[in-house]
Amino acid sequence: MAEIEKKTHPGFYAILVTLIIMAIGPIMLMLINSFKLDVDIISGTSGLIFMPTIQNYETALCDILPYELDHLDFCALKFGGAFVNSLIIALVSTALTLIIGCMAAYALVRFKFFGRDTASATTLMVRMVPPAVLLVPVFGLWNNEFCLDKTGLVGGWIRDTFGGRGDVCLAGTHSGIILIYIAMNLPFVIWILQSFIVQVPRQLEEAARMDGAGPFQIFFKIVLPLIKPGLAAAAIFTFRIAWNEYLLASALSDRDTKTVPILIVNNMSEYNVEWGVIMATGMLLAIPPILFTLFASRQIITGMTAGAVKG
Amino acid sequence: MSTAKLNRLSPYLFLAPAFLVMVLALLYPLGYMIYGSFRDWNPSQALGESTFVGLKNYYTLWHDPNFRESVVVTLKFAISVVTIEMFIGVGLALLLDRNLRGMSLLRTLFILPMMIAPVVVGLIWKYMYHPTLGVFNDTLRALGMEPVEWLSQHALLSIIIADIWQWTPFIFILALAALQSLPRSALEAARIDGATGWQQIIHIKLPLMMPVLIVTCLLRLIDAFKVLEVILVMTAGGPGLTTEIMALRISRTATEFRELGVAAAMSNYLLMMLLLLTVLMLTYNRWIEYRANKAQRAAEEAL
Repeated sequence: MAEIEKKTHPGFYAILVTLIIMAIGPIMLMLINSFKLDVDIISGTSGLIFMPTIQNYETALCDILPYELDHLDFCALKFGGAFVNSLIIALVSTALTLIIGCMAAYALVRFKFFGRDTASATTLMVRMVPPAVLLVPVFGLWNNEFCLDKTGLVGGWIRDTFGGRGDVCLAGTHSGIILIYIAMNLPFVIWILQSFIVQVPRQLEEAARMDGAGPFQIFFKIVLPLIKPGLAAAAIFTFRIAWNEYLLASALSDRDTKTVPILIVNNMSEYNVEWGVIMATGMLLAIPPILFTLFASRQIITGMTAGAVKG
Repeated sequence: MSTAKLNRLSPYLFLAPAFLVMVLALLYPLGYMIYGSFRDWNPSQALGESTFVGLKNYYTLWHDPNFRESVVVTLKFAISVVTIEMFIGVGLALLLDRNLRGMSLLRTLFILPMMIAPVVVGLIWKYMYHPTLGVFNDTLRALGMEPVEWLSQHALLSIIIADIWQWTPFIFILALAALQSLPRSALEAARIDGATGWQQIIHIKLPLMMPVLIVTCLLRLIDAFKVLEVILVMTAGGPGLTTEIMALRISRTATEFRELGVAAAMSNYLLMMLLLLTVLMLTYNRWIEYRANKAQRAAEEAL
């Protein structure tokens, strides 16, 4: 290229630095405050001169820490349990969405049921449905319809094993929340995986078939390893929704299945907010997405731009 | 079952779980919601026990000033955030579309606000807007100005600012990707013909980016209608109804007022609005593509 190398104006770097500070400033603020005691936060000696402490994190996680805390007589915030719930729900729904989505995407590409256009249209349609719209029907269905009769064989067994009264319903269980997250994410996952599966050369599969591999073997041993980047992007997006979602989880969870976002919202609406502890919890909730972003930003951008930008 | 038969069935076996989940957890609930919107239904009843009331829920809502208020707030919020974000995002992309060191770092860090939980975003901003503790009022005081009651006097503006912080990067990244995939030849030709920077942007870059920008705008608009957690944490719809967007109103109607039928009808209104928007935008996009194709064909014939 005969393009003349233009010198970049230093102003551009100034803009760049400003943008970076604006983007991560608020998050850094939360990080710093999560290491401050409430006394330091409220006294308003804003700045970096304070004694950093992990007491907020200890308070937040008091119910799963192996040791007793001196500054607390009673562990009121059960964030530890909520973290376990959040982890179970996010990991299981991500894994299931990927497995189901992968199989469906493969079938759609290889056996040509309908093209990518249909998949993109479905994706867009599902993306259009706000979680708030699902709130009412999901609440009704999960509580009243998706139930096993307690006198039935399976329902009776569950009631005998786990106790409780009434019919065995999806609401209030981890599976209930997981099911709706899978449904919300599936179209996107299928759609993004399709674009990766299309690129797997047909000959490779033909060769495997010649060697006597069945469709399942071909899928697991040939196709899956080749679409790893697509799987990574799909996994991150699914995990993010399942990990961060509040509304449906709050409608479907009971006392024992609350996730972290629910506890944060509950504690924020109180009159006297314990800023330090809340920030520590917020930070803990933000850590997995932050790690994904730092290590897999390329895949995230792929997932984000796919669909709008062709090619 | 023979192997051959299993092989023939395998596509259906591969598709079955996805199909089942989508029908059970998405299509059926949506149908259930539409059915429920015609009924007088409260959370303690099963849907079958509720009474049929026809279009009463829709009619009541249409004349309910509170609901109308929330529609207006939703539209105000969605239109202002999308407009401002489009301007800033596309502007920044045009400005920074060059080989700068640190660009990939910027893109990585720019994604962060979108990736962390909306609940956490709300929490951070609620803290920053805090009348006595927040950084904004600290700064104002340091500059010798009167502190502002962000979340009570300027609630809508405050949530709009928070949304701009969170989502402008999305538009920036998409616009930048679009810019970098533009055909080099067109830009080269313009440069040789002596087009200035502005002329290149207005006559070449923006028109070529248009299809991507429209889809971006559509995606952002859809998402703006879905924002709920950030606002719930920051203002909970208050003060009064000034920031009560439709999604929040649906959730309050269902959980606080315990009127599931009305909430379902409201959900349906919201869904219809979004559907209309999507169809409009997609049609417009099709039309633009069609026109571009026609122009291209005409140009080829002229050669």
